[in-house]
Amino acid sequence: MKTCLVVDDSRVIRKVARRILEDLSFAVDEAEDGAQALAQCRTTMPDAILLDWNMPVMNGIDFLRALRADPGGQKPVVVFCTTENDITSIAEAIQSGANEYIMKPFDSEIVQSKFAEVGLC
Amino acid sequence: MKPGDFEFVSQLVRERAGIVLSADKAYLVESRLAPIARKEGMASIDDVVAAIRLRRDSRMIETVVDAMTTNETFFFRDKTPFEILETNVLPELVARKRGGTLRIWCAAASTGQEPYSIAMVADAMGPRLAGTKIEILATDLSERCLEKAKAGTYTQFEVQRGLPVQMLLKHFTKAGDSWNISPTLKGQVRYRAMNLLDDFRALGRFDAIFCRNVLIYFDLPTKKRILDRMAMQVEDPGFLFLGAAETVLGVTDAFKPVSGFRGLYARDTARIGARFAA
Ligand SMILES: C[S@@+](CC[C@H](N)C(=O)[O-])C[C@H]1O[C@@H](n2cnc3c(N)ncnc32)[C@H](O)[C@@H]1O
Repeated sequence: MKTCLVVDDSRVIRKVARRILEDLSFAVDEAEDGAQALAQCRTTMPDAILLDWNMPVMNGIDFLRALRADPGGQKPVVVFCTTENDITSIAEAIQSGANEYIMKPFDSEIVQSKFAEVGLC
Repeated sequence: MKPGDFEFVSQLVRERAGIVLSADKAYLVESRLAPIARKEGMASIDDVVAAIRLRRDSRMIETVVDAMTTNETFFFRDKTPFEILETNVLPELVARKRGGTLRIWCAAASTGQEPYSIAMVADAMGPRLAGTKIEILATDLSERCLEKAKAGTYTQFEVQRGLPVQMLLKHFTKAGDSWNISPTLKGQVRYRAMNLLDDFRALGRFDAIFCRNVLIYFDLPTKKRILDRMAMQVEDPGFLFLGAAETVLGVTDAFKPVSGFRGLYARDTARIGARFAA
């Protein structure tokens, strides 16, 4: 079973994402911000990360840069999932090492389509 | 709906568009005609049907037929056909043409996602096209869809279905809540209204035809007639792409499946070249 870490400060979003990802046969873990996520990745690297941008403590883009600099941090497929929907943000995310990008609001079809795009399902 | 009205509408839609509405589709007719009634300021869909039955209102006929088409589509639908286009079909056609212009016909283009996906593939080929120009003709019965396709403006939801983010960054700009396809891609696609039941010889000849997810709505003789006529419009070896739920098997011998390449058919499978050795 593939693992996916859902990183979002909203409990509601984490719950919705968890349900969609479990339907896609992922084992799901959750983190509330970038710092928590980084700590979890340093224990066990997930196969995929669904990543919000704006979060307290450490935001998504800082988390991503730190992750990609870590040993083994190249491995997870990172899909941003955020309300940031301007071209500059999307380009910045991709340059910082994101594999795909979801603009909120999202539904299961978009998640599935984006995960398929990066070879996750 | 009044008794007889469903039969009348389904007969009309079959005659005009080839689309078969089985008896269990009354709900579909109701849900598609209700917005028309509202827009026309009519009390109910009975008035919409009456306008056609009693007055043969030709604008209303067009509106109703258009409304009964299913226009579901998305970028790079099913993915594989576009990979086959890039790795096999276009290289084969480019080698055959050596310069000049390749013509691709997208025969049920809906709101444009399919022809623009083809244009994005052509763009990604870059120097592999060896200077060959690609001309895409996109046709559909629905004027409503063609308007949207021509505008090349999509919602945030639409640009997230099937479209890789790199393609979004490369080929779209954002305007308010919408995403506009680049003028370069738009310039590669020509749009034209065309009913597949009609004589389409005037469109000229093509090097490949995309006819995806439209034949499923037609009965067997209609499918056959369309495919047989398409076989006359396509240059050697006669490439044709169908939708994932469609096939030529049991319909016509004019095209044959290219084995090992899902969704791809050719008129002359003996002459498709080494790129297709299964
Ligand atoms: C489901 S869409 C398929 C769009 C696209 N080819 C794809 O695969 O995503 C079917 C399209 O066929 C068009 N159509 C239906 N009957 C037609 C006819 N008789 N002639 C031309 N187009 C027709 C509809 O208007 C609709 O846009």
